[in-house]
Amino acid sequence: MSTQATHAQQAVVDKVIEIEILRYRPEQDEKPFPQGFEIPYHPDMSILEALQYIKDHLDSSVSFRWSCRMAICGSCGLMVNNIPKLGCKAFLRDYYPQKVTLEALANFPIERDLVVVMDDFIKKLEEIKPYIIPERDEKCLSEGTYQQTPEQMEKYAKFSMCINCGLCYSACPQYGLDKSFTGPAALALLARYNRDSRDAGSAERMKIVNQEQGVWSCTFVGYCSVVCPKGVDPAAAIQLLKVESSKDYLIGMFKPD
Amino acid sequence: MSKRKPYRREMNNDWWLKNIFYSKYMIREGSSIFITLYSLILAWGVFRLSQGEEAFNAWLSALQHPVSIVFHLLVLLIALYHTITWFSLAPKAVDLYIKGKPLDGKLIVAGHYITFTIVTIFCLIVIML
Amino acid sequence: MNVQPTTNALQEKKYIRSNEPVFWGLFGAGGMLTAFLTPVMVLVTGLLIPLGIIDADHLSYDKLHGFASSWYGAAIILVLVALPLWHTLHRIFHSLHDLGIKRGRDWQQVICYGFAFAVSVFVFTLLLQMLTQ
Ligand code: SF4
Ligand code: FES
Repeated sequence: MSTQATHAQQAVVDKVIEIEILRYRPEQDEKPFPQGFEIPYHPDMSILEALQYIKDHLDSSVSFRWSCRMAICGSCGLMVNNIPKLGCKAFLRDYYPQKVTLEALANFPIERDLVVVMDDFIKKLEEIKPYIIPERDEKCLSEGTYQQTPEQMEKYAKFSMCINCGLCYSACPQYGLDKSFTGPAALALLARYNRDSRDAGSAERMKIVNQEQGVWSCTFVGYCSVVCPKGVDPAAAIQLLKVESSKDYLIGMFKPD
Repeated sequence: MSKRKPYRREMNNDWWLKNIFYSKYMIREGSSIFITLYSLILAWGVFRLSQGEEAFNAWLSALQHPVSIVFHLLVLLIALYHTITWFSLAPKAVDLYIKGKPLDGKLIVAGHYITFTIVTIFCLIVIML
Repeated sequence: MNVQPTTNALQEKKYIRSNEPVFWGLFGAGGMLTAFLTPVMVLVTGLLIPLGIIDADHLSYDKLHGFASSWYGAAIILVLVALPLWHTLHRIFHSLHDLGIKRGRDWQQVICYGFAFAVSVFVFTLLLQMLTQ
């Protein structure tokens, strides 16, 4: 690696910013360790671009996920100064001249460097039956589409904006404390389908909601909604589901199934 | 052979000190300790009330102790903190739509504060009747 | 073994309904009451009356005893004194979990809600006593 070239480059640019990355290489490290880098600073540079600069010019072994670079694919989540962010949506200018520390998303196991194991999160998303369960599934194509008014769509639109980035799980201490909690994004997605006028699967999904590990692990910390890059507001979804679960509980008392 | 060896980070019991948002959450939850104590003082007052005039007056004069005054001042601040946090989260539990648009959260919060002011003034008037 | 996996394999998972709605309902009611009324209550009983800003006559034995001896007065006092406890002890119970105190969650629950229950019964009994005197 051409360290000299790097030095030469640094001499040209006047501003540098320090980036510290929590590294973890499973084949050789027992535990993660911080590694510092200095890169040229540009106000329009995102954290993701900073990582790409490091990978291209300083250390090609640094691992991280990304794809769209525009807050759509949800793959670039990481902790920036201990706060869950999308690397492509966070900018160096909001930290400069302070040092920026990067770490893999909290509450997830680290696969390597900034890459986490998402399996549990994906499992939870699948578990809540994230698809429309129509009242009768033999509706013929010739009968046309399922129609919906804008008002009916408004009831779930917000909860359907999730890009599965996992930032909310990283922000949720209840998930951190107990991994059996269904968690913010999955519950928001569940609310999204239960609130859809075309769906008739509420009863099935309420069984998940009603459990201790369903909505009842939530203590309304509310940080999930703060960190969500898409304005999904999982905390609100969970709160509304708590109300639904309570109604369901009352009904269940008189009509046990 | 797989070299996979996912690393699990421990969550320490002081996690809520590491982020100001979590700290505020813990203060919100911790407010309940002080409100519990206040409720116990009131429960004690009911007990003294049931014992007769002398006992009740002793309870009243105990409340005049400087320690009691300072304590109640603290409880007042903490109770107000609870009120603020409670109101600020209220919009999340509201599922109202007007002409197909969700009700603005700011309106809901404002509504809570207006009600709070009215209730407080009402109580102050009632007690002085 | 895999001959009829359809219904059973898919519905194998057991879902256990939590009783939390009961406690959450009380928590919410108590929290609402605390948010709207506790500040003014503390202000009156803890500060204005003891400091003499409001004359202590407004919270005199006769006045309060008369109030507590009516059924509606007794009900109001019970709610004002006891309901916040169902809110606060619910929070304390969950905070113990937040602080990583994992041992004996069942007992923690019994003690927390048991405490709220005990004080409620205590106040209820006193009020009943005054009501029937
Ligand atoms: S709810 Fe928001 S923070 Fe959570 S996974 Fe979806 S987009 Fe990310
Ligand atoms: S790279 Fe796709 S969300 Fe950031």
